[in-house]
Amino acid sequence: MVKESAGDRLFDIINYILLAIVLTIVLYPLIFVAVASISNPAAVVKGEVWLLPKEINFTGYEKVFANKEILNGYMNTILYTVAGTIVNVGMTILAAYPLSRKDFRGRNIFTALFVFTMFFSGGLIPTYLIVKDLGMTNTMWALIIPNAVAVWNIIIMRTFFQQSIPFEIQESAQMDGCGNLKILLKIILPLSMPILAVMTLFYSVAHWNSFFSALIYLTERDKYPLQLFLREILIQSNMQDMIQTSEESLAKTIMEAESIKYALVIVANLPILMLYPFLQRYFVKGMVIGAIKG
Amino acid sequence: MRFLIKTEVQQPLQEKPTAARSLSRARTLWKNWELYLLILPVVVYYIIFHYVPMYGVQIAFKDFIASKGITDSPWVGLKHFERFFDSYYFERLIMNTLEIGLYELAVGFPVPILLALMINEVRSKRFKKTIQTVTYAPHFLSTVVLVGMLFIFLDPNSGMINTMIRLFGGDPVAFMTQPGWFKTIYVFSGVWQSMGWSSIIYLAALTSIDPQLHEAAKVDGASRLKRVWHINLPGIMPTIIILLIMNVGSIMAVGFEKVFLMQNDLNRDSSDVIATYVYRSGILGAQYSFSAAIGLFNSIINFILLVTVNFISKKVGQTSLW
Repeated sequence: MVKESAGDRLFDIINYILLAIVLTIVLYPLIFVAVASISNPAAVVKGEVWLLPKEINFTGYEKVFANKEILNGYMNTILYTVAGTIVNVGMTILAAYPLSRKDFRGRNIFTALFVFTMFFSGGLIPTYLIVKDLGMTNTMWALIIPNAVAVWNIIIMRTFFQQSIPFEIQESAQMDGCGNLKILLKIILPLSMPILAVMTLFYSVAHWNSFFSALIYLTERDKYPLQLFLREILIQSNMQDMIQTSEESLAKTIMEAESIKYALVIVANLPILMLYPFLQRYFVKGMVIGAIKG
Repeated sequence: MRFLIKTEVQQPLQEKPTAARSLSRARTLWKNWELYLLILPVVVYYIIFHYVPMYGVQIAFKDFIASKGITDSPWVGLKHFERFFDSYYFERLIMNTLEIGLYELAVGFPVPILLALMINEVRSKRFKKTIQTVTYAPHFLSTVVLVGMLFIFLDPNSGMINTMIRLFGGDPVAFMTQPGWFKTIYVFSGVWQSMGWSSIIYLAALTSIDPQLHEAAKVDGASRLKRVWHINLPGIMPTIIILLIMNVGSIMAVGFEKVFLMQNDLNRDSSDVIATYVYRSGILGAQYSFSAAIGLFNSIINFILLVTVNFISKKVGQTSLW
C-alpha cells in the first residue's frame, strides 16, 4: 500500500465535509417534523424548537386519531394498497412469465405492444373518458384497474426470470410432463422471491402515495384515500372539521392546526417509516435489477 | 410429449420443408396455449387502457358530444388546436413547461452523479451506509407530504426558513405565493427528494468498473481526484448518456402532481404548465375536445424530443435507447 499523499488526504477531508452537509440537509427536515410533532406548538411557531422537543405533548396525534374522516381515509388507503398491489403483482407475473420464454411465439410483438405505451399515450382526457364509460368513477376500481400493471416492472421481472432461472430447468420439467402453469407455480415463483418482494414494495408504495387517480375519479368523500385528506389539511389548510372554534381562542386554534400538520405527516408515513430499515436493501436491489438493460 | 420434443430438437430448422415447419409452428403454438391464456388479461388491459385512449384521441379533432360518443361526434379539423395556439395562455404554458423542464434537467441531473461519485469514495462502510439510508428516504414521501412540508418550512410566519431569515435580521419571504420563487422551490425540493435514489443507478455502474484500472493508475501516480475524473466518470458515461436521453426526452412532460399541489392563484403566472391546464380545462371544465387537443400536442412534442435526442446520441456517442 502506497502512503497517501497530502492531496489525497485533502480530497478525503473535503469529500467527508461535503457529504456531511448533504446528510444534514436531507435528514434535518425529517427530524424536525418528528420533533415538532411532539412539541408544544406554541414553541414551534415561535421558532424555539430546533433539535430537541420542547414541552412534550401529543395533542396533534390525539386530534388526528379522533378524526373519523382521517381514520376512514387511512382504512381506504390500506384497502386500495392491498387490493391494488395484488392486482399489480399478479398482472406483472402474467405478462413477465410468457415473455421470458424463448419458445413463446410472438413475444417480440407483445413486448413492442407494451413498450410503445411508455413513449406515447392518448393522454389524460381520452383515458378519463374510458374509465368514466366503464362506470368505474367513484369506485375503488378506478384507482386499481387503470394502473393494473407497469411496463417497466414487466421488463424487470422478465429479465429476472431469464437471467436467474436457467431455461434448462423449465425444459427438463416440461419433458417430465409438467405443464406451463405448473412450471410457473412450482418452479418459477418459488425461485423468484427476491423479485416478488421488490415488486410488492414498489407497487404498494406507489399505491400508498398515489393521489392523482383519486383526485380525478373520486367525488365521494367517504371513499377518499388518506392522501386527499392530507392535501386538504397540509396544503389547503382546511381544518374546520377538526377544530371546534366556538369556545377556544383563535390563537389556540392556530396552534392546534400546527401540531396536527406535523403529527399527520408522521402518521401518514408510519408504515414506511417503521419498515424502512428492513426494506431498504430490497428497494435498492429492485432499482439495480431495473438498471440492467433488458 | 417427450417424443415430440425430441424430434423437434433433432431436426435442424433449415432442412425442414415449409409444410412441416408450419406444422411445428402450429405445434409450439398449441403446446404453449396456456401462455397465451396467461398473457391475455395483460393484453386486454393494454388495449383498453392504452390503445383505446390512443384511438379516442381523435376527439381532439372533433366536437365531442357525450351522447353521440367518440366515433359519431362531428369532425372539426384543427379548430381546437388553433384556439389553443391563439389563446392568451399558450405562450405562458409553453414557457413555464419548458423552463421548469430545463431548470430541472440542469440542476437535478448532475447532482445524483456527483453524489454517487462522492459516496463511492467513502471508505468507512458505516458512514457509507448511513448516508445512503438517509438520502434514499425522502424518495418514499408522497408528493402531498413533500409539498405539505414545503408549506410548513416556508411559511412566512412560523416557517423555519423565515425564522432563520428573521434571526439574521432579514424580512420574511412568502415563498409559496410569489411567482418568482416557484421554479426554484420546485426544482430544489425535487433534488432534495430524489438525489439519493437517483444515485443508486450510478453507484451500481461504479461497482462494475474494473479495479485493475485503479491499480494501474495508482502505480502511475494518479491522485484520487484524477482517478475519479479519468476512470470513474468515463466508466459510468454510458449510464449517464442513457439517463440523459430519457431525461431530455421528457423535458416537456413536467409532472402534474407536484406542480398542481404547489400551485395557487398567486403564483399561477409561473406555475401553470400544460398538464395542469389540461386538468383544469378538461376534467374541471369538461371541455374534453379542447383539452385532448392540448394533451395530444404535448404527447407529440415529447415523442419527437425523445426520438430526436436518441437519434443524435446514436450518431455522436453510439449509445441509444433502441
